[in-house]
Amino acid sequence: MVHTFEALGVYIAVDVNSGAVHVLDRAAYDALNALIAAQGQDPDFSQKPQGAGPAWEELKALYDQGLLFTRDDYIDAPAMAYLGEEPPIKALCLHVSHDCNLRCRYCFASTGDFGTGRRMTMSFDTAKRAIDFVMEKSGKRRNLEVDFFGGEPLMAMDTVRRTVEYARSVEKAHDKNFRFTLTTNGVLLDDETIDYLNREMSNVVLSLDGRREVNDRMRPTPGGQGSYDVIVPKFQKLVAKRGTKDYYVRGTFTRENLDFAADVLHYADLGFRHVSIEPVVSEADRPWALREEDVAAIEAEYEKLAAALLERPEVNFFHFNVDLSQGPCVIKRLRGCGAGCEYVAITPDGDIYPCHQFVGNDEYRLGSLYDGTFDRSISQRFAQLNIYTREKCKTCWARFYCSGGCSASNLAVNGDIQIPHEIGCQLERKRLECAIALRAIRAGMSE
Amino acid sequence: MEHIRTLNGATLKKSAAHGGCGECQTSCQSACKTSCTVANQKCENEENR
Ligand code: SF4
Ligand code: SF4
Repeated sequence: MVHTFEALGVYIAVDVNSGAVHVLDRAAYDALNALIAAQGQDPDFSQKPQGAGPAWEELKALYDQGLLFTRDDYIDAPAMAYLGEEPPIKALCLHVSHDCNLRCRYCFASTGDFGTGRRMTMSFDTAKRAIDFVMEKSGKRRNLEVDFFGGEPLMAMDTVRRTVEYARSVEKAHDKNFRFTLTTNGVLLDDETIDYLNREMSNVVLSLDGRREVNDRMRPTPGGQGSYDVIVPKFQKLVAKRGTKDYYVRGTFTRENLDFAADVLHYADLGFRHVSIEPVVSEADRPWALREEDVAAIEAEYEKLAAALLERPEVNFFHFNVDLSQGPCVIKRLRGCGAGCEYVAITPDGDIYPCHQFVGNDEYRLGSLYDGTFDRSISQRFAQLNIYTREKCKTCWARFYCSGGCSASNLAVNGDIQIPHEIGCQLERKRLECAIALRAIRAGMSE
Repeated sequence: MEHIRTLNGATLKKSAAHGGCGECQTSCQSACKTSCTVANQKCENEENR
């Protein structure tokens, strides 16, 4: 399968199944599109079609080298046996706090309590059980991940510290290597916490929605004040002291700031280098929910952002950071996020869910750390999800980059974890096109 | 070639031979927490380099 597109003034062909990417001139681009229009995705190269120009020979050469119109034969590869197995659990989203000190309007966690009406933090005993659980369930996997999440995890720093200490004290004996990450709104950051996070966390995700007015409209304090002035200086301090360790300043865009490229550039102006902004996940009836009619504007905005980032090479925008040659193996790309099988979320009560976005949804509760239950019928449903079992993904050109989308957003929008969220897909494909075009231009391949 | 330049070769096909060790990062943990582009994850497997 070959996907052709134009972005940032560059003509590109992606050979989906081999991972090959070609930059074409206009003549070759037209020739390739004409070939696909006439003969589909399995053209006959044994005979030069009448009227075909010189670019046809070049297309044929690529075809002969296995770089164009290759077949998807992964389904037969021995590695595919792996897909049939239920993978070991190796990553946790630890909800150390179901409480929050902001009141973000779009919050999927109902501003921290996940709709339960109870605000609470996780006890160390529960967190310790979670660490034991992942060590036990991870089989031969060595690298284990724990993300401290919430609500707002800095409201439970005591649990965070004791959990890290505990995990470090037992990892060697079990031949494991823990990697900790933390996602925070920044309100409670002080010097001591900053130093601690910079020392212990391999990645920190710092939540900020961009420009002051955008951030403050969506991310107010419980008293209705804006949060921008409180958190920005703290994030800047953290990043200045972080050295080369990973971090992301991450925001959400909604229908109310479809000009989000300005927010990404605002991050850059504040001195943040590793940045991301995500489309809001929300029920369709909310005023800030993205609608079908917004897609064209959002796509144009991504392209505008990509063009602007050409002038700002120091900025690493998460979704444009696609490693074409050294990314993950194809096997990883078949399965995707691993929610519910490789990755689970744990609540302050010790309940287990497929991922942070499913917390509080009783139908998807997998079990509990306290009574030792774990519902394999649910985890198996998640384990079976891959780009061949999701009907829409099978024929999508982006499948090896996207790996099947987000089950939680599929459920929120389509009521089914298997049916991709169409708006999400359109945006994913556009982001990938921009990312690939940026790569081509940076490699000096645009005319 | 005059009309076409190759930016990336058949790297996916190659990775099928060595992949599947499962040691790489879970995609949703990295930055987004709401979507899952996997193509920007790092591979942990030396054999795949
Ligand atoms: S963009 Fe949508 S259809 Fe394509 S692979 Fe991703 S989830 Fe599947
Ligand atoms: S289901 Fe969605 S939110 Fe949950 S881990 Fe997967 S990509 Fe992330």
